[in-house]
Amino acid sequence: MSLLDYFRTTKRGTASLAKERLQILVAHERSSRTQPSYLPQLQKELLEVVRKYINVEQDAISINFEQDEDQEVLELNIVLPDEHNKSSK
Amino acid sequence: MARIIVVTSGKGGVGKTTTSAAIAMGLAKKGHKTAVIDFDVGLRNLDLILGCERRVVYDFVNVINGEATLNQALIKDKRCNQLFILPASQTRDKDALTVEGVGRVLEELSKDFKYIVCDSPAGIEKGAHLAMYFADDAFVVTNPEVSSVRDSDRMLGIMASKSKRAENNEEPIKEYLLLTRYSPERVKLGEMLSVEDVQEILSLHLLGVIPESKSVLNASNSGIPVILDDKSDAGQAYEDIVARYLGEDRPHRFIDEEKKGIFGKLFRSK
Ligand SMILES: Nc1ncnc2c1ncn2[C@@H]1O[C@H](COP(=O)(O)OP(=O)(O)OP(=O)(O)O)[C@@H](O)[C@H]1O
Ligand SMILES: [Mg+2]
Repeated sequence: MSLLDYFRTTKRGTASLAKERLQILVAHERSSRTQPSYLPQLQKELLEVVRKYINVEQDAISINFEQDEDQEVLELNIVLPDEHNKSSK
Repeated sequence: MARIIVVTSGKGGVGKTTTSAAIAMGLAKKGHKTAVIDFDVGLRNLDLILGCERRVVYDFVNVINGEATLNQALIKDKRCNQLFILPASQTRDKDALTVEGVGRVLEELSKDFKYIVCDSPAGIEKGAHLAMYFADDAFVVTNPEVSSVRDSDRMLGIMASKSKRAENNEEPIKEYLLLTRYSPERVKLGEMLSVEDVQEILSLHLLGVIPESKSVLNASNSGIPVILDDKSDAGQAYEDIVARYLGEDRPHRFIDEEKKGIFGKLFRSK
């Protein structure tokens, strides 16, 4: 994109913003449509198990389901409390 | 066997009924026996857009309930003898339409008609679900506007998982994008999503663009489907859409601003 184009697009209307927002939203909604329906329950139960052992926040756990042609990946991320928290226990 | 087309959108007021009336008339005018069904139970507007509101005796729900035969309920268009309208019921009973009932009516119509156009109500509730359930093709009517595009995408998701074809693991519904109420001027100014933007987001095959046009209101005021106004931009746009759907290769129109004299030309030809 040339500098001129840059000024042109930033000076222009709100359509590019609309496009950007839609692309993010639609991608998000599509991936949640193709998710297995057990995912929210799985997430909740995993959180309960993890919390028996580690004192993590509600949002410290994230679960991600990805699908391409030949495989499905379930990705589980748990952010542990930092070193300071651990030692003070 | 008939081909069943659903005209759908998710969002309300984007031009489904206008489109259903236009393409049904267009297909019929090309010599294909066509039935157009109003699935908007409780509201009933298609008859008004087609100008046959005073000839409604029986409706879709009467046929489903066995209170009238299909032949009694179908209204033959006065302008084109290949077009028949099955009006919606004005009952408030939300459960008046059933999968079995709708399936039976469509099957009976299929024996005699080439195309069956289903005018879907807005939303993703029962009426919209039944309108798309049996479809072979879907005309996804979308306005260049965020909520309409999002709702179209939701409708695509529903058709991909909840239609009869999806449930039976058959070839999926063929989906086409109809971008309506388009203003090339506003797109040029960057105020409105462009046809490329919408296509990129939805990744759908574009059947045509219908410009924002005064002729649509004129047509509905007079009960004449806008496709019969062959002088109008919207009428011509729908004509193109019908031709493309039937396999003709026509270049897209109404996407760029109309030429406005020499000054406009000078400025545009950068
Ligand atoms: N291309 C257009 N240019 C200008 N006005 C239009 C155009 N298409 C539709 N309209 C207007 O938009 C309004 C809604 O159209 P229509 O009834 O076809 O939408 P709908 O999707 O069937 O609505 P509903 O969801 O309520 O069934 C009408 O007033 C109609 O005249
Ligand atoms: Mg309608």
